[in-house]
Amino acid sequence: MTRPPQASGGRTWPAITIRGLCKSFGPAPLYRDFDLDIPRNKIIAVFGPNGCGKSTLINMIAGLMPYERGEILFDGKTLKDTKVGYVFQNYRDALFPWKRAIDNIRYPLALAGMARAEIAARVDRIVAAFDVRFDLARYPYELSGGQQQLVSIMRALVPEPEVLFLDEPFSALDYEMTLFIREKLQQVFMETGTTMVLVSHDLEEAVFLADIVLLLTKRPTQIAEIIDFTVPRPRTVATLSTPAFVATKAHTLDVFQREVRK
Amino acid sequence: MTSYLAPIARRLGSRRLWLPFIGPALLIAAWSLLVESGTISPILLPGPVSTLKHLWSVTVSGAVAGDFLMTLSRTVQAFLIATVIGVPLGVALGASESLYRSVEFVIDFFRSTPSSALIPLFMLIFGISDFNKIAISAFAAVLVILFNSAYGVMNAKRTRVMAATVMGATRFQVFRDVLLWESLPQTFVGLRSGISLALVIVVVAEMFIGSDSGLGQRIINAQQIMNVREMYGSILAAGVLGYVLNLLFLILDKKVVHWSGRA
Repeated sequence: MTRPPQASGGRTWPAITIRGLCKSFGPAPLYRDFDLDIPRNKIIAVFGPNGCGKSTLINMIAGLMPYERGEILFDGKTLKDTKVGYVFQNYRDALFPWKRAIDNIRYPLALAGMARAEIAARVDRIVAAFDVRFDLARYPYELSGGQQQLVSIMRALVPEPEVLFLDEPFSALDYEMTLFIREKLQQVFMETGTTMVLVSHDLEEAVFLADIVLLLTKRPTQIAEIIDFTVPRPRTVATLSTPAFVATKAHTLDVFQREVRK
Repeated sequence: MTSYLAPIARRLGSRRLWLPFIGPALLIAAWSLLVESGTISPILLPGPVSTLKHLWSVTVSGAVAGDFLMTLSRTVQAFLIATVIGVPLGVALGASESLYRSVEFVIDFFRSTPSSALIPLFMLIFGISDFNKIAISAFAAVLVILFNSAYGVMNAKRTRVMAATVMGATRFQVFRDVLLWESLPQTFVGLRSGISLALVIVVVAEMFIGSDSGLGQRIINAQQIMNVREMYGSILAAGVLGYVLNLLFLILDKKVVHWSGRA
């Protein structure tokens, strides 16, 4: 195995390497020989113009969508040997309504054939980490949207995945709930260092959460720019008005607008 | 149980309690009026009071009980056969869209054919046996159950299948943990239509496939000797049976498929 070029530039050994990825919808190519290294223990926000295939990219990486050519490896392994988590935009359609919230969270562990005691211990830990204040014995449809998405995030995180994918997880939530879940997510990231790939259509959110913002071009999709945002965590609402944040956001917006107008 | 009683208790406190009784009251009033005014001869249609009185007397004496239970037993047997065949087969067909498409026409054709039209065919196959009545009824019910279960699986939420897949579920685990559950609300629609249809066909079969028991036989015998009170009484008994079966499935549906329409 050869070390990918980016690894020497002070970045860590990547969690995911994508080489020569090709994907088209009909005759139009969406990705053509697309290469990307996703570093480990970072939050990467994927941002770009409408229709550039942000969700398609993470769906291909997560094995939810086929691609024509190319290779996607997780630390040198294929997806089959890798534990990943995925949080969908539409929590209502992603949770199992016939299971109570707590059983939804237990499900991936039971699927992995884990012993009861171990399942209970893991679930207890994640429930404590997220400081859950509502009744998890309820069914998902008895919970608010924000609570459902929280359950869905806990379900994705409880198996301790190597990578967590989040596809516009806050777009259906109100601002108050978004702030709350963002904070919880950041806190879990600080405790566990789980690599997270977040698709976002909200620039402020992307920059706020990310260590790295991956800016994509219009299709055929290429990398427009990879922008580092190194303000230390925990970031708070106050971070939103710091010069570093404002500058990064402004720069990202510039690149974005340049790409949209191309 | 309390969750079902709560809305009733709430309604007890208001005038809305009376709403469900308006329809039956109007029906009985119209029925009385038709008979009392002489528009319809009492030879063809006895008044509601005398009909209900008769139904009450044959119910209390137990005269109708045997036929009622016979029809119920045939309906339940036909329904059970239809369920045991229809649900697994429907779920299996639904899981493979190409398989379903290849037999779709046959299912839709026979689902659209009145099953009663097939009674002569079934008489050729099974003779004038008791099992014939169950067989034709099961045949009618199996199609509607199968079709609904298959659609339930085919219309499963893609996101839920993807969620299970990304968590590492195998094809079989996706089927067992997601598709089967996703099909349940639609399967219950099929089961409820299935039991109603089973009852319809059992009663028709009891009328026209030589029978010595059942509500259908009771209705046709009463009609032939112009015992109209007996005939309407038996029709009402069949109606009560159908209504109760339907109600039972509605309650079961709310209990089992609690998420239906809410998620």
